[in-house]
Amino acid sequence: MFAFILRRLLQSVLVMLTVALVSFGLFRYIGDPVNNMVGQEASMAEREALRESLGLNEPVPLQFLRFVGNAAQGEFGMSYRMARPVADVIVERLPATLELALISGVGALALGIALGVYTALRREGWLSHAIMGLSLVGVSLPTFLIGILLIYVFAVELKMLPAFGRGEVVDLGWWTTGLLTTSGLKSLIMPAITLGLYQLTLIMRLVRAEMLEVLRTDYIKFARARGLTDRAVHFGHALKNTLLPVITITGLQIGSIIAFAIITETVFQWPGVGLLFITAVQFVDIPVMAAYLVLIALIFVVINLIVDLLYFVVDPRLRVQRTGRAH
Amino acid sequence: MSSAPQSSPSPPSPPPGARRPARAGTAAHAETRPSRWARLVDSDLFYSFIHSPVTVLSALVTLVLVIAALLAPAIAPHNPFDPATLNLMDGFTRPLQANEFTGNVYWLGTDAQGRDLFSAILYGARVSILVGFAAVAFAALLGITLGLIAGYRGGWVDSLIMRIADVQLSFPAILVALLIFGVFKGVAPPALQDRMAVYVLVVAIGLSDWVQYARTVRSSTLAEKNKEYVQAARVIGVPAPLILLRHILPNVMGPVLVIATIGLALAIILESTLSFLGVGVPPTQPSLGTLIRVGQDFLFSGEWWIVFFPGLTLLLLALAVNLLGDWLRDALNPRLRR
Repeated sequence: MFAFILRRLLQSVLVMLTVALVSFGLFRYIGDPVNNMVGQEASMAEREALRESLGLNEPVPLQFLRFVGNAAQGEFGMSYRMARPVADVIVERLPATLELALISGVGALALGIALGVYTALRREGWLSHAIMGLSLVGVSLPTFLIGILLIYVFAVELKMLPAFGRGEVVDLGWWTTGLLTTSGLKSLIMPAITLGLYQLTLIMRLVRAEMLEVLRTDYIKFARARGLTDRAVHFGHALKNTLLPVITITGLQIGSIIAFAIITETVFQWPGVGLLFITAVQFVDIPVMAAYLVLIALIFVVINLIVDLLYFVVDPRLRVQRTGRAH
Repeated sequence: MSSAPQSSPSPPSPPPGARRPARAGTAAHAETRPSRWARLVDSDLFYSFIHSPVTVLSALVTLVLVIAALLAPAIAPHNPFDPATLNLMDGFTRPLQANEFTGNVYWLGTDAQGRDLFSAILYGARVSILVGFAAVAFAALLGITLGLIAGYRGGWVDSLIMRIADVQLSFPAILVALLIFGVFKGVAPPALQDRMAVYVLVVAIGLSDWVQYARTVRSSTLAEKNKEYVQAARVIGVPAPLILLRHILPNVMGPVLVIATIGLALAIILESTLSFLGVGVPPTQPSLGTLIRVGQDFLFSGEWWIVFFPGLTLLLLALAVNLLGDWLRDALNPRLRR
């Protein structure tokens, strides 16, 4: 198990270095960083001084090392567009995105498992068929269309929920939260649904498929033969073994929730890092793009690692045959 | 030169590698009709198609939308991008109602500039569908090539390609596509940007989606390359590229077809998403996503149809293609056929 963790750690570091290389390439070779930072009026001497202070005259490998060193400390330079340190802007925006991602992720997981189990147990019921049909529509419905539809129904027609923004937020010093005010909570509902719907359908279909598979196995038949109640068989025995792949997929989905937040945040003008990134792409604000890339990669890598470790905790078989995991 | 596994001198049993996705029962039948096309439109695939009303309907919807989009210049009642034909007085005409100033009636209404929405949707769907097909073709070409090479060559080539695939797979497609677009905007001169945008979009979506093809093709290739027909071809001195193209490729295409169909739906959605985010096609060449982005602003003033009809078209298109892909996956999956 130790060797396995070590190998995964090594892989993660490799991934991070690759991403850092891409990110460094963006910063160094797209446009001239000096030109982007100083105005048109700067003299040659000023430019040269800035070039020197940024270390752009040094050998490229050395520059890359410095970039990695700075990135490890959360230092990504100044945003071209906002003339503020990128790290500050991201830290300011991150709580909004994380809150949104967390709420929609948890909601999707809870509802997804419940609906998945229901549709698996009542396979032929009309409600199950309806849910399955709707889920297919959910998969085909682009995220932004869901958002627009919700805005039209609940903000424009019914005037129940705010159409954009985050509502009132409470400042906790290093974190701003919208979870403590009514307007904040109300603003969260539609973005969370928009963001979570795709994950919900995915988790639901997965749970259903796995559950159907498990219900066919011998140990379930045996459990039934022992005269256990349906409840004990379904939830005690079947569901437990269904959740294993669900953990993997959900873990991997947390990353894509954060990435998909780009779309949701654009639709609802939610002031998170996704909106920051899309504006950065539009205005070619390279330092922000580079920093976002590294941040997302870090989140992905960490989550992947946690999911892998969780496997050992959840699946006793892996702990017995330690080297048995083909990877 | 032997062309297909069937014609090579193989053991008496039906060729083991032919049509990997479960053709065991019909392989003997295929031997009498060795044409690739005949094997593709194999009778049970066709049977399953005809006996699934949902699939037939999706195929129909897809066909109608694709044909209507491709023939947009011929079908559309107006040319939505010719400013001379636009009448500002026609703006915000409701669907199927006469305009209060001009008395003109439009099927799906008009937008702020008095542009006929039906025509705009036809042209928009054209852009969406063309970009979708091109992106899938690009992704499949790249992925299949790399997958074949990785699987057949093995060694460090294989490791390198698959490592890159792993790293990319840990990023969602939309992020990769956005990044490529951002790089393009930083590199290309502004004059070129609008003209090149469509091609960049195709490359961006294609590059974000090749991994799936590469992984699938690689694993099938690994299984195929040790089979007798490949060994036979190698023994008689067929060069490696030819073995890959003429012998292995036809036998790994089944799963690729499924990925490509579902990939088409994904590509169309991704394209419209990028255009919606404002980083896709230029406004002079709007796709369905651009129309939705523009229409979204009018939602608050009650002009719902400007965003509704492009959205509905997009949903129908994506749903129909998705359903086709789902059916194809099930139909080609031997485990589900009992």
